[in-house]
Amino acid sequence: MAEKQAQRSKSKPSGKRAEGRKAPGDGDGTAEAPASKLPDEKTSRELLETMALIRRFEEEAGRQYQRAKAGGFLHLAIGEEATIVGTTSVMRPDDYLIGTYRTHGHALARGTDPKRVMAELYGRIDGTSGGRGGSMHIFDLERRFMGGYGIVGGNLPLAAGLALSSDYRGEDSVTVCMFGDGASNTGNFGETMNIAALWSLPVVFLVENNLYGMGTSIERHSAVTDLSRKAEGLGISGVRVDGMDVLAVRETVAEHIRTAREDRTPTLVEAFTYRYRGHSAADPEVYREKEEVQEWQRKDPIETFARRLIEEGTMSEAELEEIREHADVVVTEAARFADESPEPPLASLYDHLYVVGDQVKGWYTVDERSPDPHPGEQEREAPDRAHELAERGAAYAGPEASRTVGEEIGDAEDEEEGG
Amino acid sequence: MRMREAINAGLREEMERDETVFMMGEDVAVFQGSFKVTEGLLDQFGEKRVRDTPISENTIVGMGVGAAMGGLRPVVEIMTVNFALLAMDQIVNHAAAIPYMFGGQVRVPLVIRMPGGGGHQLGPTHSHSFEAMFLQIPGLLVACPSTPADAKGLLKAAIRDDNPVIFIEHETLYGARGEVDDDGDHVLEFGRAAIRREGTDVTVIGILRMAETAQRAATALANEHAVEAEVIDPRTLRPLDLDTILESVRKTNRAVIVEEGWPHGGVGANLAALIQEQAFDDLDAPVQRVTGADVPMPYSKRLEQAAIPHAEHVVSAALATLEGSR
Repeated sequence: MAEKQAQRSKSKPSGKRAEGRKAPGDGDGTAEAPASKLPDEKTSRELLETMALIRRFEEEAGRQYQRAKAGGFLHLAIGEEATIVGTTSVMRPDDYLIGTYRTHGHALARGTDPKRVMAELYGRIDGTSGGRGGSMHIFDLERRFMGGYGIVGGNLPLAAGLALSSDYRGEDSVTVCMFGDGASNTGNFGETMNIAALWSLPVVFLVENNLYGMGTSIERHSAVTDLSRKAEGLGISGVRVDGMDVLAVRETVAEHIRTAREDRTPTLVEAFTYRYRGHSAADPEVYREKEEVQEWQRKDPIETFARRLIEEGTMSEAELEEIREHADVVVTEAARFADESPEPPLASLYDHLYVVGDQVKGWYTVDERSPDPHPGEQEREAPDRAHELAERGAAYAGPEASRTVGEEIGDAEDEEEGG
Repeated sequence: MRMREAINAGLREEMERDETVFMMGEDVAVFQGSFKVTEGLLDQFGEKRVRDTPISENTIVGMGVGAAMGGLRPVVEIMTVNFALLAMDQIVNHAAAIPYMFGGQVRVPLVIRMPGGGGHQLGPTHSHSFEAMFLQIPGLLVACPSTPADAKGLLKAAIRDDNPVIFIEHETLYGARGEVDDDGDHVLEFGRAAIRREGTDVTVIGILRMAETAQRAATALANEHAVEAEVIDPRTLRPLDLDTILESVRKTNRAVIVEEGWPHGGVGANLAALIQEQAFDDLDAPVQRVTGADVPMPYSKRLEQAAIPHAEHVVSAALATLEGSR
């Protein structure tokens, strides 16, 4: 059913600009019957809560980006919540998840504290990577969220390697590798599919097909637009699923995780989804029509699921409101926490570059700014010099980077309005 | 023992010592390595630990990174350094960056072995020297052994190290013989240069095959010019044992750097900068570099030899540093 819906969402290839794409189940005038049976009340509620949290988090991230609290690029997953949560909800804690540069929500869905994700967006010391990774590089080893990656397709080989490590040790954990439609054109896609099939690795490849590789529509970037079939010639079979339907994603991914875990057969799941916002916050969206976005918004994964829970008596309007309010409180608190979290100290510039253990001594860098000079170098008083040089370098970042800890949010808003 | 046997022994010992060590690469198992370095390993350790891979360099290295993040200690073989260019995304954007960009949450204990260098008429896509390219990347360690003993000791250290290591071997050195310690725990430290010959007149620094070329030049300098050169083999470029080099330069007041790689932004360029920054007052002459020719490696034996530094070039460079002072 979901697959049928997804099929219908495909539009014909067009010339310069892609035609408006129909959202799954929309436009044929018939009311679609619910695709899947609702899970138990607790699970249903959790699915909704997590999707609502991601939505609210992403909205806040966008807002704080506009206020320059978060820098760099910001890629929001608003609209893609069902694909994320449907997937993570059927993963075990010991399964690995690996994603792209659009993975705030994936980390949240794996249970990472929203405060730490937001602090990473702010580049602060309490961020998941201590401010070294930023929005595109969220990581949480404890929850086996093995990272967001800024190189399109770069995470596919890593996923195969993680799956290999599970297989090697005789463990039955599975790796779920999520990537976008654009990544299906990279060499890594072909290479990794081939070797995953060849070595029977316990991995599920999940392509979050939001119909655009940045601003290039799928008809303009992929010769084969049925991505579920794109790896067939490499030994990986695939299916399509309505990525706006959290239950359909759940059921499909659960089955494919089972296949990976029990049959050691890697597969590809193509989830049709849609991002309401641009590729990144700096996207003027000239490549698609407003109507197309609105059409997909009518199939909003959170609204649709919430309506159904209410209609089937699983949840009341008041409870839904509670969930929304709770997400709001959590995210507001995350933003406050991030804002109060200190900037990373300059002395930490070289931290985590190398692991210096018992096995390898000596020095690793020729740079005198290293706060830990190798033995024999102390006479150069490198630590003082290090600090001085780091200060001078940091000055190029301007006053934003030297913002003092605990600055009032109100001040920044005033500045913004004033400027 | 020949260098290929020394590397083989290093791999074997570490795989015997640690179950999490495994190797993969193109033609490393059934074919036993394109340079026969992995001979016998498949028989001893089986398909699980000695894996033939498809020709997919970026994915092989990326899988090594992923497996390392998953707690294993992969040794990935790239058939020649030129093919490593296909894997530069995984080497630079992933292996080197991951420990740092994820705030130290995860380690990447990965060794990427690759043979390079000219001399076998393999032409412009199989013969280059990319030490400088890897040396430039923060997050990587770079080893370039020139003797069988160093190759074994450094490889064992590389496998036990928690950082990603680029391990560069020289194709023409695989057959080189030398004494090798058969003690399984003989592990060399990274960041310790070897003084191959002591001398007082000029410091000659050579890497990989050029360490040997430097020694031959030193012999000629002594025999034909009464010049006593001190020959240093850094053995690892990151970490770099700059102290040993500076100490020598402070004694000889002259330095010559020999490498097979290209001149621009090369190992020699880097070392020359470090020496002049940190020992300027000790220098009696400009630092001299002897490098490979600034061309893709030609096929013709005559042209190839013309593109590779030889002892006589090193002798000339050393004598140039002594000009006017003798």
